[in-house]
Amino acid sequence: MLAIRDLNVHYGGIHALRGIDIDVPDGKIISLIGANGAGKSTTLKAIMGLVSKSTGHVYWDNTDITGMKTKDIVNSGIILCPEGRKIFPDLTVDENLSVGAYLRKDKVAIAKDREIAYDLFPRLAERTWQLGATLSGGEQQMLAVARALMSKPRLLMLDEPSLGLAPLVIKDIFSVIQKIKEEGVNVLLIEQNAKAALDISDYAYVMESGVISMAGSGKALLSDPRVQKAYLGE
Amino acid sequence: MGFLHTWLPYILAGIAVGGQYALIAIGYTMVYGILRLINFAHGDIFMWSGLIMVYLITTLPLWVSIVLVILFAIILGTTIEKIAYRPLRTAPRMSIMISAIGVSYLLQNFALYITGGLTKTYPAIALLQRAVSIGPATTKMVTIITPFLTILLVFLLVMLIQHTKIGMAMRAVSRDFETSSLMGIDINRVITVTFVIGCGLAAIGSVLFFSNYTGINPMSGAMPGLKAFVAAVFGGIGSVPGAVLGAFVIGIAENIVKGTGWTTFSDAFTFVLLIIILMVKPTGLFGEKDIDKV
Ligand SMILES: Nc1ncnc2c1ncn2[C@@H]1O[C@H](COP(=O)(O)OP(=O)(O)OP(=O)(O)O)[C@@H](O)[C@H]1O
Ligand SMILES: [Mg+2]
Repeated sequence: MLAIRDLNVHYGGIHALRGIDIDVPDGKIISLIGANGAGKSTTLKAIMGLVSKSTGHVYWDNTDITGMKTKDIVNSGIILCPEGRKIFPDLTVDENLSVGAYLRKDKVAIAKDREIAYDLFPRLAERTWQLGATLSGGEQQMLAVARALMSKPRLLMLDEPSLGLAPLVIKDIFSVIQKIKEEGVNVLLIEQNAKAALDISDYAYVMESGVISMAGSGKALLSDPRVQKAYLGE
Repeated sequence: MGFLHTWLPYILAGIAVGGQYALIAIGYTMVYGILRLINFAHGDIFMWSGLIMVYLITTLPLWVSIVLVILFAIILGTTIEKIAYRPLRTAPRMSIMISAIGVSYLLQNFALYITGGLTKTYPAIALLQRAVSIGPATTKMVTIITPFLTILLVFLLVMLIQHTKIGMAMRAVSRDFETSSLMGIDINRVITVTFVIGCGLAAIGSVLFFSNYTGINPMSGAMPGLKAFVAAVFGGIGSVPGAVLGAFVIGIAENIVKGTGWTTFSDAFTFVLLIIILMVKPTGLFGEKDIDKV
């Protein structure tokens, strides 16, 4: 389980996160929703040790991972599938998956996970030799998720996986996210698409200008009038 | 026959010096590919490799000296990266360039201090100096060895970049630092490996290059360094095959100019060639269109 305690992040003069607390218990999908610039991506980057000026603590299975190197955090079983896909454009689909498994040494298990990834996303299986740059947006997102899974994470963090995708592809991705959870992987999901996220979440946090303003089960938030007004466009 | 007689020596010399430029140019192009930094100190690392050879050979056997020269260049290059470039990695790109220029002058000044500004005699390596004749031309062994050795090393390097885990990491890092580290790649290690390769090849290049000359002084790295840099730009900076091809083109072209009797202008000619290429194809022969980091 991941526990964030009193996390603060400053970018120069901007106080982007103002003391947030988030829990991601085992075997659950937790989502984090909020407007543009609320600090959602910053939260995930801070967990990965990518922002330098932060205070507070991140505990992962009761170990304090605050200030650890990104590489060691990945090694401990956390992976971030970043906002905007960020696949490697001049690496092939297969190589992109290999980069995802960069820290692993178990060749046999990696080969097996590669097959699992291709089973999960058959469209990628047809394109193993294609360069990342030439994939469609939806395929790139699938590759980004598959690449993250190649690290064999125990916590998968997804930053806006539905961004810019057609409804059908979004459905695919979300059903994969649910499958991943059923495999026992914890999921922390960031979404603009609040409805889709809350639908599959066990618990969710709402973030506003660097603070957590609301929290509750996915269902409870879906029926909360404030959430409906601000994030569901109702 | 008359044609061969006249031109073969120049073409051979051009191929050889081209190979030597290539070994230096790879360091420029790889460092640029990953850090988007023109490592102005690279030519001086090359010069220092030559200078260290002068001192080592007085007490040590040839092969030991060569190995130590390569090690020296690697340690020098990676240390420079750690001290002068790494702390500036997130600073504006101009700062790190200025730091590189500073390191370049530091290395030259230090060489000046050590040598007292005198030209040192580069050791004559019997194997490289041996005369060989090819058809109508007589040349030195180094002229023959250089292109083959260069091609072999470039081949190994391309295999490393395309087919090994560290090579894949280098390709990933050269496109995107943040995502690479999110996947668990140790960026610092990849950058260190890049400097190891670049400096090691430059050191090998220095042995081949300086065997053509008798003397070496603190400025001896400037011109070959600049030519190699031009070769890298010519070929499309960031691209290894581009830099190698550019180096051979420049080496051959400047020797042909020498053959026509315009030796005085052979250096200037290199730059004219560069300007023309950049006017026709601003990204160089093999350059990426989008040179800025995505
Ligand atoms: N590297 C940075 N330097 C300075 N300010 C930054 C940096 N990264 C983010 N910020 C600022 O921090 C705040 C939070 O940004 P963040 O990217 O976390 O928002 P977000 O919730 O992910 O938004 P979106 O939904 O648009 O992706 C914003 O005001 C942003 O401008
Ligand atoms: Mg964001």
